[in-house]
Amino acid sequence: MALSFEKYLRTQKMPHIWCPGCGHGIVTQAIIRAIDELGLNTEKIAIVSGIGCSSRAPGYLNFDTLHTTHGRAIAFATGIKMARPELKVIVITGDGDAAAIGGNHLIHAARRNIGLTVVCFDNNIYGMTSGQYSPLTPVGSFASTAPYGMLERPFDLCELVVGAGGTFAARSTTYHARHLVNVIKEALTHNGFSFVDALSQCPTYYGRRNKLRTPLDMMNWFRDHAVPVSTWEKMPPEEREGKFPIGVIKKVDAPEFSEVYSGLIEKVRERGDE
Amino acid sequence: MKDAGPKLLQGNEACVEGAIAAGLKFFAGYPITPSTEIAELCALRLPKVGGKFLQMEDEIASMAAVCGASLAGLKSMTATSGPGFSLKQENIGFAVEAEIPCVIVNVQRVGPSTGMPTSPAQGDVLQARWGTHGDHEMVVLCPSSVLEAYTLTVEAFNISETLRTPVILLMDEVVGHLREKVVLPSPQELVVKDRELPAGAKEAYKPYAADQGRIKGVPPLARFGDGYKFHVTGLTHGEDGFPTNSPKVGEKQIVRIWEKIHSRRKELSRVEMLYPEDAEVFVYAYGSTARSAKRAVKEARAQGIRACLIRAMTLWPFIEDVLSDVKKKHPKAVIVPEMNLGQMVRPVKRVIGDACPVIPLNKVAGQLIEPEEILAAIKEAV
Repeated sequence: MALSFEKYLRTQKMPHIWCPGCGHGIVTQAIIRAIDELGLNTEKIAIVSGIGCSSRAPGYLNFDTLHTTHGRAIAFATGIKMARPELKVIVITGDGDAAAIGGNHLIHAARRNIGLTVVCFDNNIYGMTSGQYSPLTPVGSFASTAPYGMLERPFDLCELVVGAGGTFAARSTTYHARHLVNVIKEALTHNGFSFVDALSQCPTYYGRRNKLRTPLDMMNWFRDHAVPVSTWEKMPPEEREGKFPIGVIKKVDAPEFSEVYSGLIEKVRERGDE
Repeated sequence: MKDAGPKLLQGNEACVEGAIAAGLKFFAGYPITPSTEIAELCALRLPKVGGKFLQMEDEIASMAAVCGASLAGLKSMTATSGPGFSLKQENIGFAVEAEIPCVIVNVQRVGPSTGMPTSPAQGDVLQARWGTHGDHEMVVLCPSSVLEAYTLTVEAFNISETLRTPVILLMDEVVGHLREKVVLPSPQELVVKDRELPAGAKEAYKPYAADQGRIKGVPPLARFGDGYKFHVTGLTHGEDGFPTNSPKVGEKQIVRIWEKIHSRRKELSRVEMLYPEDAEVFVYAYGSTARSAKRAVKEARAQGIRACLIRAMTLWPFIEDVLSDVKKKHPKAVIVPEMNLGQMVRPVKRVIGDACPVIPLNKVAGQLIEPEEILAAIKEAV
């Protein structure tokens, strides 16, 4: 049976603000499908976002939703998770929000292993402010603030999260729509901090400046450059050039932070010293 | 703290005890002098009362986590000093706009910038009022003693919870680090107020509809995770919590959150008046400076000068009514000693106008203003 989205969407808040051809609807849909397929209780999910195009998604999603300040979604979400550890807390963020202004919160949440699922709608550009370069913009690409081409080297967000001690990192794209649902499902069932780098297309402010004129061109680019992790691991460095891995890049078990803190409370209270 | 009787407490410690007595269950902070003891004591005390402490990666994150925890239903607080207070401003504005109850403690030190980290100042009194961008009211309370660090922290939570607004507790280094003998109020004497939760059907809940609750102009606040499925944003929003592009709806929201505090200026006003009856010279003072001012006024009285102390515990909203009454008494002068270059003297001057000289007495040396200095100003004024 086809999935009925009505239950998960605030349809009265439509139409959404995204441009025609934007990939963010596909990523939003993947989150809904993942929640639906896992059969999660929608009353026990909080969705938190920062500022930017992707961060408008929670406004359309029928859960407890919090649209915060630029870059700070993960820090707000940390407060919610600590206050009510029984909730699934999902953070929707963009590459500017998560990797530039909010980069510090990303690495520290990964280090703490607090039970948040962060889905980064990564279109490697600042869309809402009309196309400035982000820390994910590839070298040589054009942006309104990189009129001569991007000079800075980009992050690999999954590697950043892994380097910070993250226990779950995965990547997929809007082209690999079913695959994207599956990695989000895995992220949502991981007990600890989980990060999904969801590559999304911004035809309006990235594609048009970079010889990828249509949304289809951009999604085909994902198809042609993505490599499954299992293949990626066997590839020699020269073959990896220009490609990127998709799939679950890291998954290890470690104590989840809000549970660790609840354990501390129990221990201290058992001792009974006021 | 269960045992009654006198205790030797520091201002920062009293603040934590007051917060816990008021129901604090979540603290997020970042180390900074001279407020650090508050975080340290929260780390120790909160797990014992089933609460949670987090040392966040920075000041901004601390303020954000406090907002998140409060939306999930916990009474929440953060504490900082000068530079950290500057960093928190954006998310304090978020708490104003999204109407999230929380308490922010700023133990003031000398600025600008890194300034003098272990020396007292009162240079943040206007920043506390106007630090975050956009039009808004702000409730700012200012203790002068260790006991008051306790009682005003309880008040800060009560105001914050009932009016759904951030409240700033503005201490200075002297009050924060001062140790005094105090007898704390017993739990029976203490009034602790909680936010109003929504009562009607979950589907009909509007998180910003002010007519749904008992407190005029203040919408009840549901908790994340209780099935209300509501939306919270820093964008100007309608009663349903969703962003609006309607100038009319937007203005109504901005005016309401301003009005809910502005209309309660009188009931929020906490002032101690010493010898107001026949006074001709008035001293408006707050924080640790008010301790020196009290001594100076008493000394002036002993010397036959009819002096009066107006000790403000509420800095904002400004105690306009009290100053208006003072103006009617045909004062010879109002002296405003402050450990800054003249900040609260401006609102005082605005109310007193040309009725009498309003005399600033300022110091930014990282040292207290001494009673003798204030006494000299009183003598000069009469």
